[in-house]
Amino acid sequence: MRIVDFLRARPRLALLLLAILLAVLPFLVGAGLGKSWVRVLDFALLYVMLALGLNIVVGYAGLLDLGYVAFYALGAYLYAWLASPHFGLHLPFWAVLPLGALLAGVFGVLLGAPTLRLRGDYLAIVTLGFGEIIRIFMNNLDAPINITNGPQGMNLIDPIAFGGFALSKTHKFFGIGVSNAHLYYYLFLAFVLALIFVAMRLQDSRIGRAWAAIREDEVAASAMGIDTRNVKLLAFAMGATFGGLAGGLFSAFQGFISPESFGLMESIMILCMIVLGGMGHIPGVILGAVLLTVLPEALRYVGDWQRALIGRVAVDPADLRMLLFGCALILMMLFRPEGLWPSRQRKRELHAADEVAEQESASVYDARG
Amino acid sequence: MDIFVQQLINGLVLGSIYALVALGYTMVYGILELINFAHGEVTMIGAMVALAVIGALMGVAPDLPGIVIVLGGVLVAVPVCMLLGFGIERLAYRPLRNAPRLAPLITAIGLSIVLQNVAMLIWGRQYIAFPPLLPQGSHEVLGAHISTLQLFIVALSVLVMLGLWFVVQKTRLGRAMRATAQSREVAALMGVNVNSVIATTFVIGSALAALAGVMVSAYYGLAHYYMGFLLGLKAFSAAVLGGIGNIAGAMLGGLLLGVIEALGAGYIGDLTGGFLGSNYQDVFAFFILILVLVFRPSGLLGERVASRA
Repeated sequence: MRIVDFLRARPRLALLLLAILLAVLPFLVGAGLGKSWVRVLDFALLYVMLALGLNIVVGYAGLLDLGYVAFYALGAYLYAWLASPHFGLHLPFWAVLPLGALLAGVFGVLLGAPTLRLRGDYLAIVTLGFGEIIRIFMNNLDAPINITNGPQGMNLIDPIAFGGFALSKTHKFFGIGVSNAHLYYYLFLAFVLALIFVAMRLQDSRIGRAWAAIREDEVAASAMGIDTRNVKLLAFAMGATFGGLAGGLFSAFQGFISPESFGLMESIMILCMIVLGGMGHIPGVILGAVLLTVLPEALRYVGDWQRALIGRVAVDPADLRMLLFGCALILMMLFRPEGLWPSRQRKRELHAADEVAEQESASVYDARG
Repeated sequence: MDIFVQQLINGLVLGSIYALVALGYTMVYGILELINFAHGEVTMIGAMVALAVIGALMGVAPDLPGIVIVLGGVLVAVPVCMLLGFGIERLAYRPLRNAPRLAPLITAIGLSIVLQNVAMLIWGRQYIAFPPLLPQGSHEVLGAHISTLQLFIVALSVLVMLGLWFVVQKTRLGRAMRATAQSREVAALMGVNVNSVIATTFVIGSALAALAGVMVSAYYGLAHYYMGFLLGLKAFSAAVLGGIGNIAGAMLGGLLLGVIEALGAGYIGDLTGGFLGSNYQDVFAFFILILVLVFRPSGLLGERVASRA
């Protein structure tokens, strides 16, 4: 704890150390754990982007979006359509990524407009349905006109390239070979930092305060003159935009996409990340995203343990993953609804609500006892 | 014309199953204003437990008539699901009754994931076939076929719904449920044991879900650990279509949704010039859900306009 206090007193030094750590992290991880873990890092960064986006919707504005992955899918498919041999288009990434984000944002508005004037529960179920609709269309739009190539998915998607410098190849810098996983790490890191900046500025803005007001009490917020419907719509569209952007990056990084990557479980996992980390708190959300990307990878070792202990793999670790996520969601809500790393304000709010509720239930329900 | 009647019949059969599941959503929503996301999974567990018992009975006493074996499965599945519904309410919803709205929604999703994965660990990832134990005959109505099983499903659903209507409208328990739905606090002041009424609501809904689960797996001849998800979503859409919180609405919504789906799947190819096929059947429920929410959020029979808060 002494180190933490030392660094807290010197924020610039802490920031510098963090920057150095982030810069050398892929090399440390690559040397220590193997190259496949650098790809895990890349995915962790992608999920950080998604979690930051969903955090705007769920954490800031308090709207439960269960089909978030649909926006991710839209971004990914748009990238694949505009930069792969499928339609013979090869537009550069700086044109496609913003388009993907825009498309996702437009769909966010289209979906949010009819539902956001209703109660939050409806939004949850409509977004859930929307996620499924998008997946069903991606799965079936290969006939009669082949738009999405159906369940086989689309491949040979162009990598991100700056001029002739493609991130998909290994490049040499000062005699050191830097692989594509490393290059994408730095690209994703840059995007993550940009999105963190946007999310922080949004949170502290007038709109951010409006979101918090709506989250806490919508009636009171609208009485204060907030146009609740439009402000919620803005949160929804903004979250969708983040998702679309991350989708485009995913498409370019992976080089291959199929509807399987965009199932409901993906949406749930992103939701898990922000619930676990701490809704509405950026460091918490990042922690949640990194934890939930890295832990399932580590869970693979559970198979080895089982083999060592009882001689065979009784429970497939991949099957265990969702079970643990489900339990985590329930337990977190019951025992620590503010998340692992909550903002101070949020923590106070949640526990104040508990006290009031206890008083209320004591006075109402025990009267007949 | 034959195709029209045939699809109408298929739709009504499927719709009566949707209606049974939708009743569970609508009763819980009416009382707690909460979407019980785990309800679809209760249906799935009902089907799986019934199939497990049926399999065991066929092994132990293969000479029993098919209907008795299926009945045995149902008689185990229904209490198991009732217990499950009771446990769900107790563990995941009651402690959060005064928490922010988002909290019970998230535990509900967590529960549904847990139930799905537990089912997957117990019964595996593969589809489980429903053994051909029930009578296979079929009858002709207006040039279309209706099988004995289909007739049976519709008849049983109607019976169960009439029974539920009687309980809610004519008994002391039903009056307590309606009072709790109107205002939990006032009902408590009038001497209604609110907690036990809510628990009973979950238990009744789960029993209906178990029945629906057995029906749907007998109808399609299959059960799968993932079957509850889509069924639950559609049933919820049906409940919203009829007016959520309204019991007659859930029945009407379920039947309508089944018919719309069947007719839609039958005619979508012709309507879109072959561009979209019957593999889009599952999309209708969501489009209807969104349309209802846009144009008539209170549903067809809902008196209360959905709160805008």
